[in-house]
Amino acid sequence: MRTMTKLSILAGLGAGLQIAAAGDITGTITLKGTPPAEKEIKQLKDDVNCGKLHTESVFTRFYVAGAKGELADVFVTLKGISGKSTGAAAAPLVIDQKGCEYIPYVAAAQTGQKIVVKNSDPVLHNVHPTPVNTAGGNKEDNKAQMAGGPDLNFVFPAAENFLRFKCDVHPWMFSYINVVDHPYYAVTGADGKFTIKNVPPGKYTLVAMHRKAAPAPAGFEKEIEVTADGAKVDLALVAK
Amino acid sequence: MAAAARLFCRKLHLRLTPRNTTTSPWLNRFAVFTAAATLALLGAGGLVTSHGVGMAVPDWPNTYGYNMFLFPVSQWVGGIFYEHSHRLIAAFVGFLTAILAAWLWVRETHGRLRWLGLCAIVFVLVLMGIRKMPVYFALAAAGIVVIGFGLHQSRRNARQLRWLGMVALAAVIVQGVLGGLRVVLYQDELGIFHATLAQLFFVLVCAIALFTSRWWKELPTPLTQLPSDGKQELQSPELRRLKLLALGTTGLILFQLMLGATMRHQHAGLGIPDFPLAYGKVWPAMDAISVAGYNQQRLEVTVANPITSFHIGLQMAHRLMALAILIGVGALAWQARRWSSLVPLRRLAMVWLALILVQAGLGAWTIWSNKAADVATAHVLVGALSLVTGALWCIIAFRRLPGIVEAKSVLTGGAIGESARESTSSTGSFHGNPATAMNK
Repeated sequence: MRTMTKLSILAGLGAGLQIAAAGDITGTITLKGTPPAEKEIKQLKDDVNCGKLHTESVFTRFYVAGAKGELADVFVTLKGISGKSTGAAAAPLVIDQKGCEYIPYVAAAQTGQKIVVKNSDPVLHNVHPTPVNTAGGNKEDNKAQMAGGPDLNFVFPAAENFLRFKCDVHPWMFSYINVVDHPYYAVTGADGKFTIKNVPPGKYTLVAMHRKAAPAPAGFEKEIEVTADGAKVDLALVAK
Repeated sequence: MAAAARLFCRKLHLRLTPRNTTTSPWLNRFAVFTAAATLALLGAGGLVTSHGVGMAVPDWPNTYGYNMFLFPVSQWVGGIFYEHSHRLIAAFVGFLTAILAAWLWVRETHGRLRWLGLCAIVFVLVLMGIRKMPVYFALAAAGIVVIGFGLHQSRRNARQLRWLGMVALAAVIVQGVLGGLRVVLYQDELGIFHATLAQLFFVLVCAIALFTSRWWKELPTPLTQLPSDGKQELQSPELRRLKLLALGTTGLILFQLMLGATMRHQHAGLGIPDFPLAYGKVWPAMDAISVAGYNQQRLEVTVANPITSFHIGLQMAHRLMALAILIGVGALAWQARRWSSLVPLRRLAMVWLALILVQAGLGAWTIWSNKAADVATAHVLVGALSLVTGALWCIIAFRRLPGIVEAKSVLTGGAIGESARESTSSTGSFHGNPATAMNK
């Protein structure tokens, strides 16, 4: 009994040390080249209800890049890891519908993690996820969501890149959620930066995927080594 | 093969010869009105797909939980407007078709048979009002059986139209269920069948409108086309070739419409964004790397599935088929210009050619306008009109132009030819405009 207790304590200490030794992968993704001009979403402005929600023209969000090329909406993850999802215990990913647009445009969640879709608009939407990996268990769904109506919840059991959500009432509304079955991922913000937390030391293949920037859709891969101090990786994707 | 072709033409000619059609000016007007409403329904359905809002109403047969006839107008927003109005127009066309079927049945039957048919139609309408999925499935299954049986009965007696009316009613029910299932089962492929059946239903209703017209009833029996100069205008092999050309071209149009429906229901936007070239080439690259590049370069404003090599192949097939159809209809119109006595068929051939030319222009404009919804829908509608025109041309030609046996008798001055001359002297040469015939 005392031996078992000692062993348990040692195992816990070991796990704690491992976590303590885990590092963060940080970096910045930039865009090289000149992206095509974003297109104005005229259908949104022309819509009787949605047009009222914007004072200025609304454009597509394919390449959200800063002055120095900092690229947003890049999904960064580690390749070749599976079965380590902590989604069931993770906080829900929240997607909102505001101004007849999905916010954010690109997001990420784990398998089994709750995805909450809110409707902050004064107009009804329908929320229609269209997974491709239906063989893995991801199910297509199509739910009505009235203005001010209750949040809708979705959970996907299988990994899938850029799982699309769309609104059929407003066909310009679509966004993407990357579903992974481990906790090592991030999506770059407007500053192009990302942080993947608590990655155990070791060698990994980091992959950065963007909807349009090359190399799309497979993404840019880079072999990295994570130490107790983490790793810093800066990558460049190319506008085509 | 020539013998088989002759036999086929003779059988088709005999089957397409309803001589004593049910006629009533109001029946004919109602049939024409139903056909016009069907065209409007095709347009409404086309707008749904062109705008990409086929799933804007997630439930069926209700609409966001409401009975579809009670859905508040204030909620007809965005894509819901197109999808919901499509459903309402469809219900209206279904109602019109039920009346048409009942009218045809009443005019051709009496006594117990009449009441049996009427009760069946009323019973079906009552069942439709229950608005439950299992009931709709049962009706659709029964509808498929009725379609088969009704077509069989129509073939047995081409004089009767009542079974065509029943086929139309059954078809519109099956069509409604197909549309509903496409929504609740998330099956885009069902949209292809839904679109194809819509075109065939439109042809059927237009045919009924033709058969109920006074013009059709007064149409002379075959082989009264002998012109006043006494010369044989059309040789038998040429007749056969023209009929087969028309039939084959109409079949190509149907196949083209199915190709178009398949393209539209991929929901991938424009597979090829330029015309007459394809990605700047006569034949576009279709390898994986090139296709990935196409997807990268495309910035879709409205949601669209990724382009695949299959989509590109579909559109190239659609373009080539359009060329084949243009050649077929053009050849027919070219031959028809020499027909001094077969005025209706000559004029209809010209109308057909005009439609095909307009359709080609609309197809190009669809691409140049980046698949503008109104242009793409106009392309669907003119495609439907092209199919109907071809079908009616075939019906009239197989009914009006002599069959192989009759043509041979003319050449030899046989008995049929003699009676045809007598008929010609009493009725005059063949006049009339089929374009307005449906409204007589």
